[in-house]
Amino acid sequence: MNNKNQSSNSIRTVVATGIGAAVIFVLMKFVAIPTGIPNTQFNVAEGFLALLAALYGPVAGGLAVFIGHSLNDFVTYGSPWWTWVITDGLVGVALGLIKNRLNVTGGTVKTMKLVWFNLYQIVVNFVAWVLIAPTGDVLVYHEPAAKVYLQGVTSWIVNSVSVAIIGTILIVLYSRTRAQHGSLKKEK
Amino acid sequence: MNSQLLIGYTARDTFLNRLSGSTKLIGFVALSIIGMVTYDTRFLLGVLLISLILFHFSKIKYHEVAFVLQVIVAFAILNLVMVYVFAPSYGITIYGTHHMILGSPDHYFNLSWEQLFYEFNLLLKYIFAVPLALIFLMTTNPSEFAASLNKIGVSYRISYSVAIALRYIPDVQNDYRTISLAQQARGYEISRKAKLMTRAKGAIQIIMPLILSSLDRIEIISQAMELRRFGHNKKRTWYMAQPFKRNDYLALIIIVLIVLVGIALFKVNGGRFWNPFE
Repeated sequence: MNNKNQSSNSIRTVVATGIGAAVIFVLMKFVAIPTGIPNTQFNVAEGFLALLAALYGPVAGGLAVFIGHSLNDFVTYGSPWWTWVITDGLVGVALGLIKNRLNVTGGTVKTMKLVWFNLYQIVVNFVAWVLIAPTGDVLVYHEPAAKVYLQGVTSWIVNSVSVAIIGTILIVLYSRTRAQHGSLKKEK
Repeated sequence: MNSQLLIGYTARDTFLNRLSGSTKLIGFVALSIIGMVTYDTRFLLGVLLISLILFHFSKIKYHEVAFVLQVIVAFAILNLVMVYVFAPSYGITIYGTHHMILGSPDHYFNLSWEQLFYEFNLLLKYIFAVPLALIFLMTTNPSEFAASLNKIGVSYRISYSVAIALRYIPDVQNDYRTISLAQQARGYEISRKAKLMTRAKGAIQIIMPLILSSLDRIEIISQAMELRRFGHNKKRTWYMAQPFKRNDYLALIIIVLIVLVGIALFKVNGGRFWNPFE
């Protein structure tokens, strides 16, 4: 029984990765608002990523955004900008790590948990977009530091806002549709 | 308009189409990585020239990719302008000499041949892989692409995820369009005429149904795959997999040679930069 559950979970991870990547691709392509700084957009996709990772865990979250982002780079810029694609994948993994803590499938998520989740995602986005991504650009692509750190800080702000607004709304709406854990009682 | 936004596979009768997906994948990844690291202008120009020749042989028409190319060029130019604004004397720092066109190195805004040369290299780096990427995207069947991922060592579950993504992108896009039209019919304004907040609200009214229906889709597909015993065995075979032929081995040898030249140039130049100013 236990074994069977495990295999159906791994199938769900495979499918969630695939469909998640497709949705992220479409959102990045059609629902992105430019910020005025080249190559940085306000992405609705990051908000969706928060829900996807919270539902299906770090593997699905990380891979889905890795695949979706590289496919989008492929058809928009000609070739993936690897440092940012990998960083985005790491964000997906980090957001997936709190799957059990957040427990979206277990019914309405409490306000305290949402506050905690948002603090966590702001820190994750800071480490990813202000520390990892621009440093990678300087080391790998040898771009001027001032330019990539500006892009990094902008991405940090817009991605955190995207997760904070769209991600939180999605998580709350989704968790409301689930039955509250322990809401049923056995009749005596 | 939307058909121009997306470029995709069509069957063409060229040797590039007949190469196996694995060869093209290895070639693209190897060349894009070496091109990402190197700043040797001769090498980048060489790879760009080779990829343009390949592009010519791939029989892809210019009008098929014109829109995508325009976007790519626009972004490259924006980036170059931004690099100049933020670091106008970065070239001087890298190459260690200054041949001035305008101003002097003491001023913040100046123009030197070193800076122009550095930005020219950047431009090459932004665009050299574009013909390769277009060839790869437009001559590789998506189903074969997943098979080739598995062949070069990626686990078949991940390859299958990629296959699902490629298979469902058109569906999700259709859903998006349908939902968008339905919500507009109900009076949600999302065009440029509306105010920003109205547009944002309209966008949310489209995204919610799209995401919730996609989550349903995940359940349906994973149940269907479970019924068909997906993931039962350690390995799987692929209907679209192509065995390596003579041409594949030839292509791989050429790719290895190009990469080796790139690595040798690091030694010759004593670093990543080729410096013609010395």
